[in-house]
Amino acid sequence: MKVVVPVKRTPDTAGEKVIDADSLTVDREAGESVLCPVNEFSIEEAVRLKEKHGAEVTVLVVGPEEAQPTVRKALSYGLDAGLQITDEAIAGSDALGTARVIAAALEATEFDLVVFGGQSTDARTSLVPAAVAELLGLPSLTYTRYLEVDGETITVHREHEEGWDVVTASLPAVVSVVEAINEPRYPSFKGIMAAKSKPLETKSLADLGVSADEVGAGAASATMYEFAPRPPKEAGTVIEDDGSGAAAAQLADWLVEKKFV
Amino acid sequence: MSEMLVLIDHSDDGPRKVSLQMLTKARELAEITGDTVAAVWFGPGAADAAPTLGAYGAGKLYHWDSADAYGYVTLPQVEALEYLIDTSEADTLLFASSNHVKDVASRLAIRMEAGVITDVSGIELAEDGRWVATKEVFGGDMITKSTFAEGKLSFLGVSSNAFPAVESNGASPELVAIDIDLTEEAKAAQVVSVEKVAGADRPDIGEAAVVVAGGRGLGSEDGFQLMEQLADMIGAGVGASRAATDAGWYPHRYQIGQTGRTISPTLYLGSGISGAIKHRAGMQTSQNIVAINKDAEAPIFQIADFGVVGDLYKIVPKLVEELEARK
Repeated sequence: MKVVVPVKRTPDTAGEKVIDADSLTVDREAGESVLCPVNEFSIEEAVRLKEKHGAEVTVLVVGPEEAQPTVRKALSYGLDAGLQITDEAIAGSDALGTARVIAAALEATEFDLVVFGGQSTDARTSLVPAAVAELLGLPSLTYTRYLEVDGETITVHREHEEGWDVVTASLPAVVSVVEAINEPRYPSFKGIMAAKSKPLETKSLADLGVSADEVGAGAASATMYEFAPRPPKEAGTVIEDDGSGAAAAQLADWLVEKKFV
Repeated sequence: MSEMLVLIDHSDDGPRKVSLQMLTKARELAEITGDTVAAVWFGPGAADAAPTLGAYGAGKLYHWDSADAYGYVTLPQVEALEYLIDTSEADTLLFASSNHVKDVASRLAIRMEAGVITDVSGIELAEDGRWVATKEVFGGDMITKSTFAEGKLSFLGVSSNAFPAVESNGASPELVAIDIDLTEEAKAAQVVSVEKVAGADRPDIGEAAVVVAGGRGLGSEDGFQLMEQLADMIGAGVGASRAATDAGWYPHRYQIGQTGRTISPTLYLGSGISGAIKHRAGMQTSQNIVAINKDAEAPIFQIADFGVVGDLYKIVPKLVEELEARK
């Protein structure tokens, strides 16, 4: 069984976020960039597929040269190989353009299952897994809180507002996972050392047969053109309770005044 | 003059609140453009919901009354919308920016080469006739404006509680039944059963106007009974910080934060939550924030509209009493 885990490099949530005013893209060098925290869950699930089914797992990243540490970080959890798609023409792609690159990379790879993380911590669109599935003509089994592979069949529990749907499909398939699916382990020292020598292949758009005008800012069907940091919030009222809970009456008054109750 | 489609998100009990918010906004925009607002309903229940949908702005109601719409994953709805857009004058689609509906928009956008903008909290019409959407990124740290490439179908994913839901005395809409034959591809992922979780009668935290949240400061899972008591008193949903879900005190599905849900309720009321950046990334776009925490230095107080420093186990039970007395 062959599994591909696409991962994303995102600005650290605790760090500074900068959008470059000329290119209108995230300046990923301005603050610290990290392996997107939601990928810890997709990577852990892939490791479990390795342990259970002997799956061979490739980590896939779309991004510039500087994204290489992200691939190595992902490999340190015990994945087998890395594939990085690097091309200047990709910069400025919208979610659907990024999906085109990932789909093309997958088409050039053998796989049974693609395991995405949940909503990335930067743009949070959640569009990519379903778009990739559409481009490949595969089922999109997203927001999965449980998955099981039995031969050619996959069963997943897809989380929604009221609970979850139990869904079955045939492989190959595209899944994305939510946090409830597992408890990620940390990379071991051995894993970190081994990651340095794992095979890492780099491909360009030309290698994938994708024309540069299909991706990038020029091909984007929706474009961000203006941005501003969130204005700082005015300080609110903070009161101290005397230990008796009496402050609760003031809070209740406030809630009534604001018409929340 | 064309049609503006509004994909109605609904449960077995009727349209979700976000659907009425979208219709209200669509009505307002359609008054400027001269478009017709057409609601789209998949699954049974359209006729029952029609008067409500009309009251909020739907002039027309397309419905596909088939169990197939939800019997397979995502694609039946994609194929039905593709049919509708192909056969109508529609060039704009509003949809609820929630997980499963985003998948429908994403696959449809690829299929129809449309543009899609998710998590939209504002929509305006630019002078050139294109839509301009306001969207917050980086967990609400940055506010952006986006637009669609010229001539593209425009799909706008609307955030819960971004717009008010206001009735307009609109008449019950014209009902238009559609029927499509699904392709084999659309039947590839089959929904075998639906499992509902306990507490599903409480509002979902993604759409609730009020969300009560608990964190590490609760100290144990018992604290969540207190949170639920407060929530049920004011009709709120219940969420948790990752510290609380990781400790096993409350299910992961209710986690608010960078790896969990992002919420923008009118009121967020957090107890025993310090407000670390990873939690704030999931809730700082809430319109009003109330915090109860014993640590006066907790970062949550920097973004709180109303904060109480003290023992939540003293304050919250008292708050429940006080609210009961004011009912």
